[in-house]
Amino acid sequence: MTEFSVNDAELEKRFQDRVDDEQKIEPKDWMPEGYRKNLIRQISQHAHSEVIGMQPEGNWISRAPTLRRKMILLAKVQDEGGHGLYLYSAAETLGASREEMVEALHEGRAKYASIFNYPSLTWADIGTIGWLVDGAAIVNQISLQRTSYGPYSRAMIRICKEESFHQRQGYESLIALAHGSAEQKAMAQDALNRWWWPSLMMFGPHDAESAHSGQSMKWKIKRKSNDTLRQDFVDQTVPQADFLGLEIPDPDLKWNEERGHYDFGEIDWEEFQRVISGDGMCNRDRVATHKKAHDDGAWVRDALRAYEAKKANKSEAA
Amino acid sequence: MNEQQQLLPLFEVFVRSKRGLDHKHVGSLHAENPEQALEYARDCYTRRSEGVSIWVVKSSDITASQEEDARSFYDPMDDKPYRHAMHYQLPEPVNNM
Ligand SMILES: [Fe+2]
Ligand SMILES: [Fe+2]
Repeated sequence: MTEFSVNDAELEKRFQDRVDDEQKIEPKDWMPEGYRKNLIRQISQHAHSEVIGMQPEGNWISRAPTLRRKMILLAKVQDEGGHGLYLYSAAETLGASREEMVEALHEGRAKYASIFNYPSLTWADIGTIGWLVDGAAIVNQISLQRTSYGPYSRAMIRICKEESFHQRQGYESLIALAHGSAEQKAMAQDALNRWWWPSLMMFGPHDAESAHSGQSMKWKIKRKSNDTLRQDFVDQTVPQADFLGLEIPDPDLKWNEERGHYDFGEIDWEEFQRVISGDGMCNRDRVATHKKAHDDGAWVRDALRAYEAKKANKSEAA
Repeated sequence: MNEQQQLLPLFEVFVRSKRGLDHKHVGSLHAENPEQALEYARDCYTRRSEGVSIWVVKSSDITASQEEDARSFYDPMDDKPYRHAMHYQLPEPVNNM
């Protein structure tokens, strides 16, 4: 039987014990209000990022250089829509409604990964996005497979299975450019120059400045800190850039024998703040496009609903 | 938010990955009716031939036990050790049954 006498402190202790014991928290379990809020914020941000991320790449579907590249890009962008769905569903198990989340995105109350506020200017950007942006996302998502909230963890496992295709197709298309003509190689280098720093920003502020980090680590919502994940990403990416014969646009980048890691330069945090708070190159455009797609689809939802109502009436009459 | 904008109902999706295996819960989605839910499920959860059969069930039609009730719900099972094979000590020569 449910014990009515337990107080919040006791419940919180049992909750934390379960988390410490690496057990998953499931939707109907008791959880601290802060844990629920924190998760809804993080998962919905993550979902919005997947969906808004379809735009810079969708921009190139009609202009992909070959039919094969076009099919690949279509499949990838469709995957990202699916990732959004997995994540919205996970957030809904916490009591957040899809409508509320979409509304928060449209009203600018909800954030998404700031990287998608940069424009995709050339075809080389598409390969670079797959390589760097999906690459950075994978580093983060692999660690989140072990997040303490069951539905979030399961969504991450599903997503990680699909992400490797995203990164590999991007890198493969960059090999073609980097080993192609001088113009093609220059185009690949230009794309790397523009996407490198925003990719590093994807991991968020330094640990010391990260508002939610400490508590998120204690609750095991996050499993690795921003700076650790960023270092993992740099370490794995530098040799890949070398293989392409492209140069990472950071004069401070060098191998540190003692640490066993690459040292790298400081991110332009002012730019990070500017873009995350709505003043990047494409912020307004991204949200307006999402809103328009949502509004343009209203008649489909209305028609479906009307049809269901009609069917229900008929079966009542019969 | 008015009635018209209300959420489409929620469906739970179960996929049988290949013949001979059970259907397994893979996630959920919103759809207007079961037929539409089935098509969405195909597009969302089986893009890489993850399944040979899909079930969709309206989430509101599922009745579930809760883990907090586990004690009253499962307690009677715990004091029946004789239901487990290892309860029975057999001599070594015949212990592989
Ligand atoms: Fe994704
Ligand atoms: Fe991806």
